[in-house]
Amino acid sequence: MTKQLTLVVKRDCPTCTLLEPVYAALAASGIALDVWSQDDPAFPESVPGALDEGLERSFRLGVEIVPTLIRRENGEEVERTWGWDRAEWERVAGLEGLGAGLPPFRPGCGAKNVEPGMPEALAARFGSARLKSRRVPLAPLEDEIEAAYDRGWSDGLPVVPPTEARVLAMLDGTTRDPGEVLGLAPPNLQPCTVEKVAVNAVMAGCKPEYMPVVLAAVEAALDDAFCMHGVLATTYYIGPIVIVNGPVRRAVGMNARGNVLGQGNRANATIGRALQLVVRNVGGGKPQGVDRAALGNPGKYTFCFPEDEEGSAWPPLSESRGAGKGASAVTLFAGYGVMGVVDQDSRTPDALVETFADVFRGLENRNRRNIDAVVVVSPEHDRVFRDGGWSREDLEAALRTALDEPGHETPKLREGGLLIVRAGGGAGMFSAILPGWAATGPVGSIPVTKEVGT
Amino acid sequence: MRNTPVLVDPTGEVEPARREPLARPDSLDGRTVALLDISKARGDVFLDRLHMRLGERGVEVKRYMKPTFARTAPVAVKQQIASEAALVVEGLAD
Repeated sequence: MTKQLTLVVKRDCPTCTLLEPVYAALAASGIALDVWSQDDPAFPESVPGALDEGLERSFRLGVEIVPTLIRRENGEEVERTWGWDRAEWERVAGLEGLGAGLPPFRPGCGAKNVEPGMPEALAARFGSARLKSRRVPLAPLEDEIEAAYDRGWSDGLPVVPPTEARVLAMLDGTTRDPGEVLGLAPPNLQPCTVEKVAVNAVMAGCKPEYMPVVLAAVEAALDDAFCMHGVLATTYYIGPIVIVNGPVRRAVGMNARGNVLGQGNRANATIGRALQLVVRNVGGGKPQGVDRAALGNPGKYTFCFPEDEEGSAWPPLSESRGAGKGASAVTLFAGYGVMGVVDQDSRTPDALVETFADVFRGLENRNRRNIDAVVVVSPEHDRVFRDGGWSREDLEAALRTALDEPGHETPKLREGGLLIVRAGGGAGMFSAILPGWAATGPVGSIPVTKEVGT
Repeated sequence: MRNTPVLVDPTGEVEPARREPLARPDSLDGRTVALLDISKARGDVFLDRLHMRLGERGVEVKRYMKPTFARTAPVAVKQQIASEAALVVEGLAD
């Protein structure tokens, strides 16, 4: 058995300088010892060491605190300790009597390779081989943001330049392998890897912690039931609308309250945008290309919002669609909007539901049947339903009854196509309908719910 | 000079990373050709000749001029060309 000790230190750390006698004792023990200094090649003075040039060694060893002592046997790391704890050092080194005369314990110092900004920079420098995507070198005077426009990567708004450092940091937001293929991205049916999603999430402005939500949204879009190719290629207004449920909403700071369908919240804005950029870039789906929308809608930049579960008496939408209780999930709906449901007078559920039905009657075209839609119930309307003791199912049933017209075999609202969510600011008796595609159900797009992973 | 930035390709990589120039049109029928004089000596001689030859083929031609060859074209000139013409021929050197 070959035993070897590795020591990582820096002169700028008082604990490291205190331990000179210990380093000398390690060297004198006859055990193979290699010593790396993070800041000064002349340190330590008691044993010969080397400067950790560029901090590559520290990065690869995953050092966080100096001093760090690592024991390897037959080349494999067996144990490590950091800071100064005599008993621990004696155990890891397999030696006794280390640092006699020194205090038994001293905390270490933060390693230079984990100073703010360094992990990302080092990951880009020494870890970029993880990335399989083609690299696109720019000309020396080319502006990164303009370069993204020039190459057709942008939806029209500036994108964050996808540098290796940013993509690697984004990949840290998920435990999934960068090479994992989530599916084939339409319309070009290109394999969509976790890495490609990360590149586009960077461009959209996501934080790494949003990655699990973005991945779930992309998986939902690539689910055959959602029919992303058709959603893209149709002349209709629609695009994917992402509805988020579960603890992840609050964890990443999404806004479910005032202006919930509007601008201003980074997570709402960038998660929806990331999905659209994946379709554009990985799938190759661009307006006036395979995207044949006659008018489109502003939600095709991004349309993502969470349900206000805390403010709702109803179970989360995702649970009503089969996701686990308490699980985070995204539901993808092919739709557009926002169609207002304005009623400041009704004080009973029966009266209020009639207003919702009225908007549906006039939606798009009076002859439209088999409609899919998201109904976003605002808090002040929710209060009326809540006071009347109505569940989500009660509201849906009442809507269907109100919209039942004699002489029509096909219902106004497609069975299974109505998604009722509760969101919005506390003041304003204004709800919304987000209508779906003309091609609903198995002949077109079916809403898809996916649980958010890690 | 700063380091050359390197970006990670966000696309499905079905197209070359190098930007390709726009495809040349098959024909000039119905298209207006812009002739851009960059204000360099005798560029007008070349462009006049081109103007004449295109005119003989019935192609509509419009003439534009940069105030100086030393600088890129003013935005107004670029916008005017983009609005009025489908192709542009530029007399580059003397």
